[in-house]
Amino acid sequence: MLKNEWIVVLLAATLMGTAALAGATELFYAKSLYRNIMVYEDDGLRCMKFGRNVADRQSCVLVSDHDKMVFDYTKMMMAALYLNPEPQRILIIGLGGGILPSALRKLFPACQIDIAEIDPVVSEVAKRFFYFSPTDKTNVFEDDGRVFVKRAVKRKAKYDLVMLDAFDHEYIPEHMLTREFLQEVKGLLAAKGVLAANTFSKSSLYNHESATYYSVFGDFYRINKHNRVILLRMGGLPAMPEIAKNAARLEDRLRPFGTGKGELLSLFTVESGWPADTKILTDQYSPSNLLNSRRQ
Amino acid sequence: MNPGVGDVSERLRLEQFRKALVFLLAGWSGYFVMAIELLSGRLLAPNFGNSIYVWGGVITVFMLSLSMGYLLGGHLSVHAPSLRRLGYLMLGAAVLTLPVVFWGEPLLDWIFDSVHDPRYGSLLASSALFFLPTAISGTVSPYAIRLLVKHLHASGKSAGSLYFVSTFGSAVGTILTSFYLVLWFEINQILLGMIAASVTLGLAAILVGGNHAEE
Repeated sequence: MLKNEWIVVLLAATLMGTAALAGATELFYAKSLYRNIMVYEDDGLRCMKFGRNVADRQSCVLVSDHDKMVFDYTKMMMAALYLNPEPQRILIIGLGGGILPSALRKLFPACQIDIAEIDPVVSEVAKRFFYFSPTDKTNVFEDDGRVFVKRAVKRKAKYDLVMLDAFDHEYIPEHMLTREFLQEVKGLLAAKGVLAANTFSKSSLYNHESATYYSVFGDFYRINKHNRVILLRMGGLPAMPEIAKNAARLEDRLRPFGTGKGELLSLFTVESGWPADTKILTDQYSPSNLLNSRRQ
Repeated sequence: MNPGVGDVSERLRLEQFRKALVFLLAGWSGYFVMAIELLSGRLLAPNFGNSIYVWGGVITVFMLSLSMGYLLGGHLSVHAPSLRRLGYLMLGAAVLTLPVVFWGEPLLDWIFDSVHDPRYGSLLASSALFFLPTAISGTVSPYAIRLLVKHLHASGKSAGSLYFVSTFGSAVGTILTSFYLVLWFEINQILLGMIAASVTLGLAAILVGGNHAEE
Protein backbone atom coordinates (compact mmCIF):
# COMPACT_ATOMS: atom_id res chain seq x y z
CA MET A 1 0.00 0.00 0.00
CA LEU A 2 2.67 2.41 1.11
CA LYS A 3 4.81 1.32 -1.81
CA ASN A 4 2.01 2.04 -4.26
CA GLU A 5 1.53 5.49 -2.84
CA TRP A 6 5.19 6.20 -3.39
CA ILE A 7 4.93 5.08 -7.00
CA VAL A 8 2.00 7.45 -7.53
CA VAL A 9 3.93 10.31 -5.94
CA LEU A 10 6.96 9.56 -8.08
CA LEU A 11 4.85 9.37 -11.23
CA ALA A 12 3.16 12.66 -10.42
CA ALA A 13 6.49 14.34 -9.77
CA THR A 14 7.87 13.05 -13.05
CA LEU A 15 4.81 14.26 -14.94
CA MET A 16 5.02 17.68 -13.31
CA GLY A 17 8.71 17.88 -14.14
CA THR A 18 7.96 17.08 -17.76
CA ALA A 19 5.06 19.51 -17.83
CA ALA A 20 7.38 22.28 -16.66
CA LEU A 21 9.30 21.85 -19.86
CA ALA A 22 6.33 21.04 -22.10
CA GLY A 23 6.64 22.80 -25.42
CA ALA A 24 10.33 23.33 -24.84
CA THR A 25 12.89 21.88 -27.18
CA GLU A 26 16.01 20.47 -25.61
CA LEU A 27 19.02 21.74 -27.53
CA PHE A 28 21.83 20.37 -25.44
CA TYR A 29 22.39 18.18 -22.42
CA ALA A 30 25.66 17.24 -20.78
CA LYS A 31 26.97 15.97 -17.49
CA SER A 32 30.01 18.08 -16.80
CA LEU A 33 32.42 17.52 -13.93
CA TYR A 34 30.37 19.86 -11.78
CA ARG A 35 26.74 19.58 -12.80
CA ASN A 36 24.18 18.55 -15.35
CA ILE A 37 23.79 21.27 -17.92
CA MET A 38 20.74 21.60 -20.09
CA VAL A 39 19.96 24.12 -22.79
CA TYR A 40 16.40 24.40 -23.98
CA GLU A 41 14.34 26.75 -26.06
CA ASP A 42 10.75 27.67 -25.52
CA ASP A 43 8.81 30.23 -27.53
CA GLY A 44 11.93 32.12 -28.61
CA LEU A 45 13.50 32.06 -25.15
CA ARG A 46 16.68 30.03 -24.87
CA CYS A 47 17.86 29.07 -21.39
CA MET A 48 20.62 27.16 -19.67
CA LYS A 49 19.81 25.39 -16.44
CA PHE A 50 21.81 23.30 -13.98
CA GLY A 51 19.20 21.70 -11.75
CA ARG A 52 15.86 20.00 -12.28
CA ASN A 53 13.55 22.95 -11.87
CA VAL A 54 12.79 25.76 -14.27
CA ALA A 55 13.70 28.01 -11.32
CA ASP A 56 17.26 26.75 -11.66
CA ARG A 57 17.73 28.67 -14.90
CA GLN A 58 21.18 30.21 -14.97
CA SER A 59 20.99 32.28 -18.11
CA CYS A 60 18.41 33.06 -20.77
CA VAL A 61 18.50 34.94 -24.07
CA LEU A 62 15.80 36.04 -26.45
CA VAL A 63 16.79 34.46 -29.73
CA SER A 64 15.23 37.32 -31.72
CA ASP A 65 17.04 40.02 -29.75
CA HIS A 66 19.90 38.58 -27.82
CA ASP A 67 21.15 41.92 -26.49
CA LYS A 68 17.97 42.45 -24.52
CA MET A 69 18.46 41.10 -21.01
CA VAL A 70 15.87 38.64 -19.71
CA PHE A 71 16.70 38.49 -16.00
CA ASP A 72 16.43 41.35 -13.54
CA TYR A 73 19.68 40.43 -11.86
CA THR A 74 21.79 40.96 -15.00
CA LYS A 75 20.19 44.37 -15.45
CA MET A 76 20.91 45.15 -11.81
CA MET A 77 24.54 44.08 -12.23
CA MET A 78 24.81 46.60 -15.08
CA ALA A 79 23.98 49.31 -12.52
CA ALA A 80 27.64 48.90 -11.48
CA LEU A 81 28.37 51.20 -14.41
CA TYR A 82 26.53 53.99 -12.59
CA LEU A 83 29.39 53.92 -10.05
CA ASN A 84 32.07 53.89 -12.74
CA PRO A 85 30.83 54.54 -16.29
CA GLU A 86 34.12 53.84 -18.10
CA PRO A 87 35.80 50.66 -16.76
CA GLN A 88 38.95 49.67 -18.68
CA ARG A 89 39.79 46.41 -16.90
CA ILE A 90 36.95 44.11 -15.90
CA LEU A 91 36.96 40.81 -14.00
CA ILE A 92 33.93 38.53 -13.94
CA ILE A 93 33.83 35.48 -11.66
CA GLY A 94 31.35 32.98 -13.12
CA LEU A 95 30.56 33.06 -16.83
CA GLY A 96 27.17 31.37 -17.14
CA GLY A 97 25.79 32.17 -20.57
CA GLY A 98 28.16 35.10 -20.89
CA ILE A 99 25.32 37.65 -20.86
CA LEU A 100 27.28 40.18 -18.78
CA PRO A 101 30.60 40.02 -20.66
CA SER A 102 28.77 40.17 -24.01
CA ALA A 103 26.97 43.35 -22.94
CA LEU A 104 30.13 44.91 -21.51
CA ARG A 105 32.08 44.06 -24.66
CA LYS A 106 29.44 45.82 -26.81
CA LEU A 107 29.53 48.87 -24.55
CA PHE A 108 33.31 49.03 -24.24
CA PRO A 109 34.94 47.45 -27.31
CA ALA A 110 38.46 48.32 -26.14
CA CYS A 111 38.29 47.15 -22.53
CA GLN A 112 40.02 44.08 -21.17
CA ILE A 113 37.65 41.45 -19.79
CA ASP A 114 38.98 38.56 -17.71
CA ILE A 115 36.57 35.81 -16.76
CA ALA A 116 37.11 32.94 -14.32
CA GLU A 117 34.83 29.99 -15.08
CA ILE A 118 35.54 26.65 -13.47
CA ASP A 119 33.49 24.54 -15.88
CA PRO A 120 34.77 24.27 -19.47
CA VAL A 121 31.42 22.88 -20.62
CA VAL A 122 29.72 26.10 -19.48
CA SER A 123 32.17 28.13 -21.58
CA GLU A 124 31.42 25.96 -24.62
CA VAL A 125 27.67 26.30 -24.10
CA ALA A 126 27.97 30.09 -23.76
CA LYS A 127 29.71 30.28 -27.12
CA ARG A 128 27.51 27.75 -28.90
CA PHE A 129 24.09 28.79 -27.69
CA PHE A 130 24.30 32.20 -26.02
CA TYR A 131 26.09 34.37 -28.57
CA PHE A 132 29.14 34.76 -26.36
CA SER A 133 32.00 35.56 -28.73
CA PRO A 134 35.23 36.42 -26.94
CA THR A 135 37.61 38.80 -28.71
CA ASP A 136 41.37 38.96 -28.28
CA LYS A 137 40.72 41.19 -25.28
CA THR A 138 38.49 38.64 -23.59
CA ASN A 139 40.25 35.97 -21.57
CA VAL A 140 38.32 33.04 -20.15
CA PHE A 141 40.33 31.25 -17.46
CA GLU A 142 39.30 27.73 -16.51
CA ASP A 143 39.80 28.25 -12.80
CA ASP A 144 38.07 28.20 -9.45
CA GLY A 145 37.13 31.84 -8.76
CA ARG A 146 38.85 31.92 -5.40
CA VAL A 147 42.06 30.46 -6.79
CA PHE A 148 42.00 32.88 -9.73
CA VAL A 149 41.57 35.86 -7.42
CA LYS A 150 44.36 34.71 -5.12
CA ARG A 151 46.74 34.30 -8.05
CA ALA A 152 45.70 37.66 -9.52
CA VAL A 153 46.50 39.34 -6.19
CA LYS A 154 49.97 37.75 -6.28
CA ARG A 155 50.70 39.18 -9.72
CA LYS A 156 49.34 42.55 -8.55
CA ALA A 157 46.55 42.71 -11.14
CA LYS A 158 44.10 45.61 -10.79
CA TYR A 159 40.56 45.95 -12.10
CA ASP A 160 38.19 48.88 -12.43
CA LEU A 161 35.18 46.60 -12.15
CA VAL A 162 34.84 43.18 -10.53
CA MET A 163 31.60 41.24 -10.88
CA LEU A 164 30.95 38.26 -8.59
CA ASP A 165 28.47 35.91 -10.21
CA ALA A 166 29.67 32.41 -9.33
CA PHE A 167 27.06 29.85 -8.35
CA ASP A 168 26.96 26.12 -7.97
CA HIS A 169 23.74 24.12 -7.89
CA GLU A 170 23.00 25.38 -4.38
CA TYR A 171 24.29 28.90 -4.00
CA ILE A 172 27.51 30.88 -4.08
CA PRO A 173 30.28 28.41 -3.19
CA GLU A 174 31.10 28.75 0.51
CA HIS A 175 34.75 29.71 0.03
CA MET A 176 33.63 32.71 -2.04
CA LEU A 177 31.48 34.24 0.69
CA THR A 178 34.12 34.76 3.34
CA ARG A 179 35.83 37.86 4.67
CA GLU A 180 39.21 36.56 3.49
CA PHE A 181 37.89 36.15 -0.06
CA LEU A 182 36.44 39.66 -0.08
CA GLN A 183 39.74 41.01 1.23
CA GLU A 184 41.49 39.34 -1.69
CA VAL A 185 38.94 40.84 -4.09
CA LYS A 186 39.49 44.22 -2.48
CA GLY A 187 43.19 43.85 -3.24
CA LEU A 188 42.29 43.58 -6.93
CA LEU A 189 40.22 46.76 -7.07
CA ALA A 190 41.88 49.86 -8.49
CA ALA A 191 41.39 53.24 -6.81
CA LYS A 192 37.68 53.93 -7.36
CA GLY A 193 37.30 50.35 -8.55
CA VAL A 194 33.74 49.01 -8.37
CA LEU A 195 32.50 45.70 -7.01
CA ALA A 196 29.15 44.22 -8.04
CA ALA A 197 28.03 40.99 -6.38
CA ASN A 198 24.96 38.96 -7.26
CA THR A 199 23.38 37.30 -4.22
CA PHE A 200 19.92 35.94 -3.63
CA SER A 201 19.75 34.72 -0.09
CA LYS A 202 16.42 35.33 1.57
CA SER A 203 17.31 33.35 4.67
CA SER A 204 19.35 34.11 7.75
CA LEU A 205 22.37 34.09 5.44
CA TYR A 206 21.32 37.53 4.17
CA ASN A 207 22.45 39.28 7.34
CA HIS A 208 25.66 37.26 7.55
CA GLU A 209 26.49 38.37 4.02
CA SER A 210 25.75 42.00 4.86
CA ALA A 211 27.94 41.91 7.96
CA THR A 212 30.76 40.25 6.04
CA TYR A 213 30.72 42.76 3.16
CA TYR A 214 30.51 45.61 5.64
CA SER A 215 33.49 44.29 7.61
CA VAL A 216 35.65 44.49 4.50
CA PHE A 217 34.28 47.44 2.53
CA GLY A 218 32.21 49.55 4.89
CA ASP A 219 28.95 50.95 3.49
CA PHE A 220 27.54 49.48 0.31
CA TYR A 221 24.48 49.92 -1.88
CA ARG A 222 22.03 47.13 -2.40
CA ILE A 223 19.50 46.92 -5.15
CA ASN A 224 16.87 44.31 -4.48
CA LYS A 225 14.39 42.76 -6.84
CA HIS A 226 14.10 39.01 -6.27
CA ASN A 227 17.90 38.95 -6.04
CA ARG A 228 20.08 41.38 -4.16
CA VAL A 229 22.92 43.00 -6.03
CA ILE A 230 25.60 44.55 -3.83
CA LEU A 231 27.35 47.59 -5.29
CA LEU A 232 30.25 49.52 -3.84
CA ARG A 233 33.21 51.61 -4.83
CA MET A 234 36.70 51.87 -3.37
CA GLY A 235 37.37 55.13 -1.57
CA GLY A 236 33.81 55.54 -0.31
CA LEU A 237 30.36 55.24 -1.82
CA PRO A 238 29.45 57.83 -4.47
CA ALA A 239 26.44 59.92 -3.51
CA MET A 240 23.14 59.57 -5.38
CA PRO A 241 23.56 62.76 -7.47
CA GLU A 242 26.75 61.37 -8.99
CA ILE A 243 25.05 58.03 -9.63
CA ALA A 244 22.09 59.77 -11.23
CA LYS A 245 24.42 61.81 -13.43
CA ASN A 246 26.23 58.69 -14.64
CA ALA A 247 22.88 56.96 -15.17
CA ALA A 248 21.69 59.82 -17.39
CA ARG A 249 24.93 59.66 -19.35
CA LEU A 250 24.55 55.91 -19.95
CA GLU A 251 20.82 55.91 -20.62
CA ASP A 252 20.95 55.62 -24.41
CA ARG A 253 23.76 53.11 -24.39
CA LEU A 254 21.99 50.79 -21.95
CA ARG A 255 18.67 50.89 -23.81
CA PRO A 256 19.48 47.99 -26.19
CA PHE A 257 19.99 45.80 -23.13
CA GLY A 258 16.50 46.52 -21.88
CA THR A 259 17.37 48.48 -18.79
CA GLY A 260 17.96 52.01 -17.64
CA LYS A 261 17.68 54.54 -14.87
CA GLY A 262 13.89 54.37 -14.64
CA GLU A 263 14.16 50.78 -13.52
CA LEU A 264 17.39 50.89 -11.53
CA LEU A 265 17.87 54.25 -9.83
CA SER A 266 14.97 54.00 -7.42
CA LEU A 267 16.29 50.65 -6.17
CA PHE A 268 19.54 52.04 -4.77
CA THR A 269 19.55 51.77 -0.97
CA VAL A 270 22.44 51.81 1.46
CA GLU A 271 22.20 48.41 3.16
CA SER A 272 21.61 48.52 6.90
CA GLY A 273 19.66 46.90 9.66
CA TRP A 274 21.44 43.64 10.41
CA PRO A 275 21.84 42.88 14.12
CA ALA A 276 25.13 44.10 15.60
CA ASP A 277 26.09 40.61 16.78
CA THR A 278 25.69 39.02 13.34
CA LYS A 279 28.54 36.60 12.82
CA ILE A 280 30.93 37.41 10.00
CA LEU A 281 31.63 34.60 7.52
CA THR A 282 35.29 33.60 7.48
CA ASP A 283 37.42 30.80 6.11
CA GLN A 284 37.11 29.35 9.61
CA TYR A 285 33.34 29.77 9.75
CA SER A 286 31.33 29.63 6.54
CA PRO A 287 28.43 27.20 6.82
CA SER A 288 26.58 29.33 4.28
CA ASN A 289 24.54 26.57 2.70
CA LEU A 290 23.33 25.44 6.12
CA LEU A 291 22.50 29.02 7.07
CA ASN A 292 20.78 29.55 3.74
CA SER A 293 18.49 26.59 4.29
CA ARG A 294 17.25 28.08 7.57
CA ARG A 295 14.31 30.37 7.72
CA GLN A 296 14.99 33.86 8.98
CA MET B 1 50.80 -2.52 42.63
CA ASN B 2 49.35 -5.17 40.44
CA PRO B 3 45.56 -5.24 40.52
CA GLY B 4 43.94 -8.45 39.68
CA VAL B 5 46.29 -10.66 41.71
CA GLY B 6 44.13 -10.86 44.76
CA ASP B 7 40.50 -10.10 44.04
CA VAL B 8 39.17 -11.97 41.02
CA SER B 9 36.07 -9.87 40.54
CA GLU B 10 38.09 -6.68 40.65
CA ARG B 11 40.44 -8.07 38.09
CA LEU B 12 37.44 -8.96 35.91
CA ARG B 13 36.08 -5.46 36.23
CA LEU B 14 39.40 -3.92 35.24
CA GLU B 15 39.55 -6.20 32.25
CA GLN B 16 36.04 -5.15 31.22
CA PHE B 17 36.99 -1.51 31.63
CA ARG B 18 40.13 -1.92 29.55
CA LYS B 19 38.16 -3.71 26.84
CA ALA B 20 35.62 -0.88 26.76
CA LEU B 21 38.44 1.61 26.54
CA VAL B 22 39.95 -0.24 23.57
CA PHE B 23 36.61 0.01 21.79
CA LEU B 24 36.26 3.66 22.75
CA LEU B 25 39.69 4.46 21.36
CA ALA B 26 38.94 2.64 18.13
CA GLY B 27 35.56 4.39 17.76
CA TRP B 28 37.05 7.77 18.53
CA SER B 29 39.88 7.19 16.09
CA GLY B 30 37.29 6.52 13.37
CA TYR B 31 35.49 9.72 14.31
CA PHE B 32 38.76 11.68 14.33
CA VAL B 33 39.89 10.59 10.86
CA MET B 34 36.61 11.32 9.10
CA ALA B 35 36.00 14.64 10.84
CA ILE B 36 39.48 15.81 9.86
CA GLU B 37 39.05 14.58 6.31
CA LEU B 38 35.85 16.63 5.99
CA LEU B 39 37.45 19.72 7.47
CA SER B 40 40.52 19.34 5.29
CA GLY B 41 38.38 20.14 2.25
CA ARG B 42 37.41 23.37 3.96
CA LEU B 43 40.99 24.16 4.87
CA LEU B 44 42.20 23.61 1.31
CA ALA B 45 39.37 25.46 -0.50
CA PRO B 46 40.77 29.02 -0.08
CA ASN B 47 44.01 28.04 -1.83
CA PHE B 48 42.99 25.29 -4.19
CA GLY B 49 39.23 25.64 -4.65
CA ASN B 50 36.72 22.88 -4.00
CA SER B 51 36.83 21.22 -7.38
CA ILE B 52 36.48 17.47 -7.74
CA TYR B 53 40.27 17.08 -8.00
CA VAL B 54 40.82 18.81 -4.68
CA TRP B 55 38.60 16.21 -3.03
CA GLY B 56 40.39 13.59 -5.12
CA GLY B 57 43.71 14.70 -3.64
CA VAL B 58 42.35 14.74 -0.10
CA ILE B 59 40.74 11.31 -0.30
CA THR B 60 43.81 9.78 -1.98
CA VAL B 61 46.07 11.00 0.80
CA PHE B 62 43.73 9.81 3.55
CA MET B 63 43.33 6.36 2.00
CA LEU B 64 47.06 6.06 1.42
CA SER B 65 48.00 7.12 4.93
CA LEU B 66 45.37 4.86 6.48
CA SER B 67 46.68 1.91 4.47
CA MET B 68 50.21 2.59 5.69
CA GLY B 69 48.88 3.02 9.22
CA TYR B 70 47.12 -0.38 9.11
CA LEU B 71 50.36 -1.99 8.03
CA LEU B 72 52.35 -0.26 10.73
CA GLY B 73 49.74 -0.94 13.41
CA GLY B 74 49.80 -4.64 12.54
CA HIS B 75 53.56 -4.75 12.85
CA LEU B 76 53.59 -2.86 16.13
CA SER B 77 50.99 -5.19 17.61
CA VAL B 78 53.32 -8.17 17.34
CA HIS B 79 55.72 -6.94 19.97
CA ALA B 80 54.50 -6.62 23.57
CA PRO B 81 51.09 -5.14 22.79
CA SER B 82 49.37 -3.17 25.55
CA LEU B 83 46.58 -0.72 26.05
CA ARG B 84 49.19 1.70 27.36
CA ARG B 85 51.00 1.64 24.02
CA LEU B 86 47.72 2.11 22.18
CA GLY B 87 47.29 5.22 24.35
CA TYR B 88 50.64 6.52 23.13
CA LEU B 89 49.55 6.01 19.52
CA MET B 90 46.42 8.02 20.22
CA LEU B 91 48.49 10.78 21.80
CA GLY B 92 50.82 10.74 18.81
CA ALA B 93 47.98 11.23 16.33
CA ALA B 94 46.64 14.12 18.43
CA VAL B 95 49.99 15.89 18.72
CA LEU B 96 50.69 15.46 14.99
CA THR B 97 47.39 17.24 14.25
CA LEU B 98 48.53 20.38 16.08
CA PRO B 99 50.52 21.70 13.08
CA VAL B 100 47.27 21.79 11.07
CA VAL B 101 45.93 24.34 13.54
CA PHE B 102 49.06 26.40 14.09
CA TRP B 103 51.02 26.20 10.84
CA GLY B 104 48.36 25.13 8.36
CA GLU B 105 47.80 28.51 6.76
CA PRO B 106 51.44 29.53 6.12
CA LEU B 107 52.15 26.04 4.82
CA LEU B 108 49.17 26.15 2.45
CA ASP B 109 50.23 29.60 1.25
CA TRP B 110 53.74 28.37 0.63
CA ILE B 111 52.49 25.41 -1.42
CA PHE B 112 50.12 27.74 -3.28
CA ASP B 113 53.13 29.87 -4.28
CA SER B 114 55.30 26.92 -5.25
CA VAL B 115 52.87 24.62 -7.07
CA HIS B 116 50.61 26.15 -9.71
CA ASP B 117 48.59 23.12 -10.74
CA PRO B 118 45.78 22.91 -8.15
CA ARG B 119 45.65 19.13 -8.48
CA TYR B 120 49.21 18.61 -7.32
CA GLY B 121 48.97 21.57 -4.99
CA SER B 122 46.09 19.98 -3.12
CA LEU B 123 47.76 16.55 -3.18
CA LEU B 124 50.94 18.00 -1.71
CA ALA B 125 49.06 20.13 0.81
CA SER B 126 47.00 17.23 2.13
CA SER B 127 50.10 15.03 2.29
CA ALA B 128 52.03 17.64 4.24
CA LEU B 129 49.24 18.34 6.72
CA PHE B 130 47.39 15.07 7.10
CA PHE B 131 49.64 12.14 6.19
CA LEU B 132 51.27 11.64 9.57
CA PRO B 133 48.27 12.09 11.90
CA THR B 134 46.09 9.92 9.66
CA ALA B 135 48.70 7.18 9.35
CA ILE B 136 49.10 7.06 13.13
CA SER B 137 45.32 7.01 13.51
CA GLY B 138 45.32 4.08 11.12
CA THR B 139 47.52 2.05 13.45
CA VAL B 140 44.81 2.11 16.11
CA SER B 141 42.41 -0.44 14.60
CA PRO B 142 44.78 -3.37 13.90
CA TYR B 143 46.53 -2.72 17.21
CA ALA B 144 43.21 -2.71 19.04
CA ILE B 145 42.20 -5.98 17.40
CA ARG B 146 45.33 -7.59 18.80
CA LEU B 147 44.36 -6.41 22.29
CA LEU B 148 40.88 -7.84 21.95
CA VAL B 149 41.71 -11.24 20.50
CA LYS B 150 42.00 -13.83 23.24
CA HIS B 151 41.31 -16.97 21.28
CA LEU B 152 41.90 -17.81 17.68
CA HIS B 153 38.35 -19.07 17.09
CA ALA B 154 36.91 -15.70 18.18
CA SER B 155 39.39 -13.53 16.27
CA GLY B 156 36.96 -12.87 13.42
CA LYS B 157 34.31 -11.83 15.91
CA SER B 158 36.72 -9.46 17.64
CA ALA B 159 37.79 -7.96 14.32
CA GLY B 160 34.15 -7.61 13.26
CA SER B 161 33.16 -5.82 16.47
CA LEU B 162 36.12 -3.53 16.14
CA TYR B 163 35.42 -2.67 12.50
CA PHE B 164 31.84 -1.97 13.55
CA VAL B 165 32.84 0.41 16.32
CA SER B 166 35.52 2.22 14.35
CA THR B 167 33.43 2.64 11.20
CA PHE B 168 30.42 3.66 13.26
CA GLY B 169 32.64 6.28 14.86
CA SER B 170 33.56 7.48 11.38
CA ALA B 171 29.88 7.84 10.49
CA VAL B 172 29.21 9.83 13.67
CA GLY B 173 32.23 12.05 13.03
CA THR B 174 31.09 12.72 9.50
CA ILE B 175 27.51 13.65 10.28
CA LEU B 176 28.20 15.62 13.46
CA THR B 177 30.92 17.67 11.82
CA SER B 178 29.19 18.41 8.53
CA PHE B 179 25.66 18.93 9.88
CA TYR B 180 26.23 20.70 13.16
CA LEU B 181 29.75 21.44 14.35
CA VAL B 182 30.61 23.70 11.37
CA LEU B 183 27.50 25.68 12.22
CA TRP B 184 28.44 26.12 15.88
CA PHE B 185 32.23 26.44 15.82
CA GLU B 186 35.17 27.62 13.81
CA ILE B 187 37.28 24.97 12.12
CA ASN B 188 40.24 25.42 14.47
CA GLN B 189 37.94 25.20 17.49
CA ILE B 190 36.62 21.87 16.23
CA LEU B 191 40.14 20.61 15.60
CA LEU B 192 41.39 21.69 19.03
CA GLY B 193 38.37 20.11 20.70
CA MET B 194 39.09 16.83 18.96
CA ILE B 195 42.77 16.99 19.83
CA ALA B 196 41.82 17.54 23.49
CA ALA B 197 39.48 14.53 23.39
CA SER B 198 42.22 12.38 21.86
CA VAL B 199 44.73 13.48 24.49
CA THR B 200 42.25 12.68 27.26
CA LEU B 201 41.51 9.21 25.88
CA GLY B 202 45.18 8.55 25.23
CA LEU B 203 46.12 9.51 28.78
CA ALA B 204 43.33 7.38 30.19
CA ALA B 205 44.62 4.41 28.22
CA ILE B 206 48.17 5.05 29.41
CA LEU B 207 47.04 5.28 33.04
CA VAL B 208 44.99 2.11 33.17
CA GLY B 209 46.70 0.29 30.35
CA GLY B 210 49.15 -1.99 32.12
CA ASN B 211 52.27 -3.21 30.40
CA HIS B 212 51.23 -6.21 28.35
CA ALA B 213 48.14 -7.73 26.91
CA GLU B 214 46.99 -10.45 29.22
CA GLU B 215 47.59 -13.84 27.80
